[in-house]
Amino acid sequence: MHVFLIRRLLAAVPVIIVVTVFVFALLHLAPGDPAAIIAGDLATAEDVAKIRARLGLDQPLLIQFFTWVGQLLRGDLGNSIFSAHPVSELIGQRLEPTLALTAMTLFISVVLAVPLGVIAAWRVGSWVDRAVMGFAVFGFSVPGFVIGYVLIWLFAIELDWLPVQGYTPLAKGFWPWLSNIVLPSVTLALAYMALIARITRAAMLETLNQDYIRTAHAKGLATRDVLMGHALRNAAVPIVTVIGIGVALLIGGVVVTESVFAIPGLGRLTVDAILRRDYPVIQGIILVFSGAYVVVNLVVDMLYTVLDPRIRY
Amino acid sequence: MATAIAAAKTSVPPRARGRVGAFLRRHPTVAIGGALLIAIVLASIAAPWLATVDPISIDPSHRLRNPSADNWFGTDRFGRDLYSRVVYGGRVSLVVGLSVAGLATLIGLTIGLISGYLRAVDRVVMRVMDGMMAIPAIMLAIALIALSKASILIVIVAVTLPEVPRVVRLVRSVVLTIREQPYIEAATAIGTSVPRIIVRHLLPNALPPLIVQATYICASAVLIEAALSFLGAGTPPEIPSWGNIMAEARPYFQLKPWMVLLPGAFLAVTVLAINLVGDGLRDMLDPQLARRM
Repeated sequence: MHVFLIRRLLAAVPVIIVVTVFVFALLHLAPGDPAAIIAGDLATAEDVAKIRARLGLDQPLLIQFFTWVGQLLRGDLGNSIFSAHPVSELIGQRLEPTLALTAMTLFISVVLAVPLGVIAAWRVGSWVDRAVMGFAVFGFSVPGFVIGYVLIWLFAIELDWLPVQGYTPLAKGFWPWLSNIVLPSVTLALAYMALIARITRAAMLETLNQDYIRTAHAKGLATRDVLMGHALRNAAVPIVTVIGIGVALLIGGVVVTESVFAIPGLGRLTVDAILRRDYPVIQGIILVFSGAYVVVNLVVDMLYTVLDPRIRY
Repeated sequence: MATAIAAAKTSVPPRARGRVGAFLRRHPTVAIGGALLIAIVLASIAAPWLATVDPISIDPSHRLRNPSADNWFGTDRFGRDLYSRVVYGGRVSLVVGLSVAGLATLIGLTIGLISGYLRAVDRVVMRVMDGMMAIPAIMLAIALIALSKASILIVIVAVTLPEVPRVVRLVRSVVLTIREQPYIEAATAIGTSVPRIIVRHLLPNALPPLIVQATYICASAVLIEAALSFLGAGTPPEIPSWGNIMAEARPYFQLKPWMVLLPGAFLAVTVLAINLVGDGLRDMLDPQLARRM
């Protein structure tokens, strides 16, 4: 287990290196002079030169890269061009709403999508199965910001059950927090649920055909125990894998969903940074999001050995 | 051996031509998706004739009108006709979707073939692809666009980039499975050149899953373009696209929800149609994948 742990951690290193090089290269591969674009249309030549010096763009490429990586290793993501605040501080301030939104989305998705997939596979070909698969195509196709507006229109405007937009920190009470976070979480969960339900169904269909399932039925086990104890347990690995991969989908969705629901999280920070062309902030957020993706998938890989003791690395 | 060589010379995948009609009858959702998609494509091509007025003509005296006989979807804050804008908006979505699907497939196919054939290149390429896949597609596109002047071309490039690794992985896995097959060995033994093996044997095998993948990439590209334009980092505001029409209508959503929901519905139906066609193609061309999904 320890050997596996170390090997898996080492395997994540090249991924992180590639991400870092890529994020750095983006600034230099983009057509045109980044300093001029960041400065905007109204900037004077002097402003452009100032920005170029501040970003270190006047230095040789390799020196720029290693200075930047050196700062990263010390946890320094640089400073915002717009507000001069450290990027890590800006990200820290926006972390709670985004974490709350993703945690809630993950909870809703797994709790609803896994049972849906199990039932669809158990009753394959029935109307339940068709409804679940239909929902899956629907969830993949309807963009988050369209769903978000439909939900706002229905539950916040027409029915007036929930607040239209905004975010209340958890510290101000559970119910106010929940009433604000429910609609964005459902919005974000839809595509993710579609993905999980589809894979759960496919993985379950495979295990339900196995001999030991028939044996379990034959020895008189209740259907529920066969489904949950035998079939789902053995179908768990692909399901957990797709939950990990789906985090990329979730992160993309966060940016859009936070924008629709006016949630002051990392997604909103991203949008504000785009509009101001605040490149250090954009770089910092990409690194944080990609890092989160790598860590989640690392955890998923570790879970494999727990879920399926046959897996040895 | 003789049969293997014969097979190597004539391995063309079975054609599905005559079965299409029967297939559509068995899968009505595919037929519906296909019909919708054809309608959307035709409407986008015919936009200049379908639109009632010029989509960018400003009429300040007719701002924020409700839907009426003159303005079927109402007007926006500059008095521009929303129906005409939505009709033109489809063009951007389809151009971006098709270009990205085509570009990502071509680039991914090239890299995947090389990577599958040359072990030395493969290790480096796959690490780079792993790294690229760790960056969420929208974030990668945002980073590129934030540094460029807004244009549809930049959007296409920015959306293509994150889709490439998916194609590379697919093509590479096909190459790795196929190159171990006896008939490839036979083809090599009788002196078939590598380019010829690629064209005659690898491409026909890679094509069905590639076409299916291209459809899904097209759907995903339409979604990402709309999301980018919605966030203000996509199609420049002077060209109407479903994403930026929705973004401009946001401040009026509580009073005039249709201004946001109508372009949103067109977007959703288009992506749904592409996905339905993709699922149909998958069931028809790639039964193995269909069983796994």
